[in-house]
Amino acid sequence: MAESAALQPDDIISITRHFRLQWEEVQQAHVLLYPEGMVTLNGPAAEILTRCQEAKSVTQVVEELQQAFPQDDIAADVREFLEDAYANGWLCIERAD
Amino acid sequence: MQTAGSASNGQTNPLWLLAELTYRCPLQCLYCSNPIDYTKYQNELTTEAWIRVLQEGRAMGATQLGFSGGEPLVRKDLVDLAREARRLGYYSNLITSGIGMDEARIAALKEAGLDHIQLSFQANTPELNDYIGGAKTFERKLAMARLIKHYDYPMVMNVVLHRQNIDQTEQILQMAEELEADYIELANTQYYGWAKVNRSQLLPTREQVERAEAIAHDYQERFKGRMKVYYVVPDYFEDRPKPCMAGWGSVFLNVAPDGTALPCHAAHQLPGLDFPNVRDASLHWIWHESPAFNAFRGEAWMKEPCRTCPERAKDFGGCRCQAYMLTGDAANADPVCSLSPQHAIVLEAIDEDQVVPPADQLPIFRSNKNSRQFVEAGV
Repeated sequence: MAESAALQPDDIISITRHFRLQWEEVQQAHVLLYPEGMVTLNGPAAEILTRCQEAKSVTQVVEELQQAFPQDDIAADVREFLEDAYANGWLCIERAD
Repeated sequence: MQTAGSASNGQTNPLWLLAELTYRCPLQCLYCSNPIDYTKYQNELTTEAWIRVLQEGRAMGATQLGFSGGEPLVRKDLVDLAREARRLGYYSNLITSGIGMDEARIAALKEAGLDHIQLSFQANTPELNDYIGGAKTFERKLAMARLIKHYDYPMVMNVVLHRQNIDQTEQILQMAEELEADYIELANTQYYGWAKVNRSQLLPTREQVERAEAIAHDYQERFKGRMKVYYVVPDYFEDRPKPCMAGWGSVFLNVAPDGTALPCHAAHQLPGLDFPNVRDASLHWIWHESPAFNAFRGEAWMKEPCRTCPERAKDFGGCRCQAYMLTGDAANADPVCSLSPQHAIVLEAIDEDQVVPPADQLPIFRSNKNSRQFVEAGV
């Protein structure tokens, strides 16, 4: 895990190793599982995190979502969620430099 | 768990299944939370029975699975159970002393799909670690910690804190850093089972608790982004009770080695409840229908001051087992709460037990011999 700092657009992000994202039929929701804990994701959170299962840049994640939901301007909300997810330790980054 | 699922009847579904595979254990920890009469419950479930429990729990929506005990490594079928857990989609956690592990086994568990290992230490030095655990294990635990990291498991290091090791909180945190733990859990002793019997040996002073808490909070900042520091508060020193198990029959389902299903691992001792066994009933019936799992669900069972307390939805009146052990009635408010009319019991315990026990009060280690004596005495 890297030292915490604000996410940069070029940062390569992915779901933290040893965390697992999966669909839960009983809950009808995606969940994020990690040692001795679970977060149940709401619809938007699941849309974002399912796109972070492979490493890609913050910009790429935002673009993919903007393409999937072209009717709304969601870029700022997505970036904010990614910041929170990173601060919570759900995402990790490799600095691109 | 941040969100609970809900079923059509308004009850929640279990999210946490704790499989206490065995009460056998090579350690004899003074603070063990197993029942003091555990030798009564040693008719262990078969592999097939455990697999059915795992399948039924998963079908009900449980996501987190703990393999616990006793020492779960004592079970020869652990790799098979871990494989089934992975196949079913659990996140599986092995809660272990590390004794009984070797490289071949840790590799086999990895291959089977075990997700995470929680490794306990009793202290940061061999002398104290081996004394508290009643067995020479420190060097072996160090070797196991390195193997856990080598095999790329996330590692939670767990140390139960009490009067005899709480002053080493800082050194324990440094040891966790050296061993590259991903999480360190500093769990102040909760006084159930053997810990209750040995309370006069274990209860720290208020000053000790305050120092340890300050150090833990300092290291939470220092380790930020590298290691998560969990600090489990010692509830005797709090003004409000813990929200025990997030409420009775709310998210947590414990299956004891003999198949007894419990809403928490200490509930065996509560009188008047007939806890069902997975040999006789489905997990679904046990969770939703059995009288024992409904006994303290919701709020109808509450007495004053809980019944009308504005905080009752936050802490559920605290712990039923603690209410029973300290006040004699499981439906009373947990006396840890300063609003409980029996709160003085806890304050007196702190006053009495925090003085160094007289020489004739010897520690009672968790062992088959000592357990059988409790059984014979009808405790």
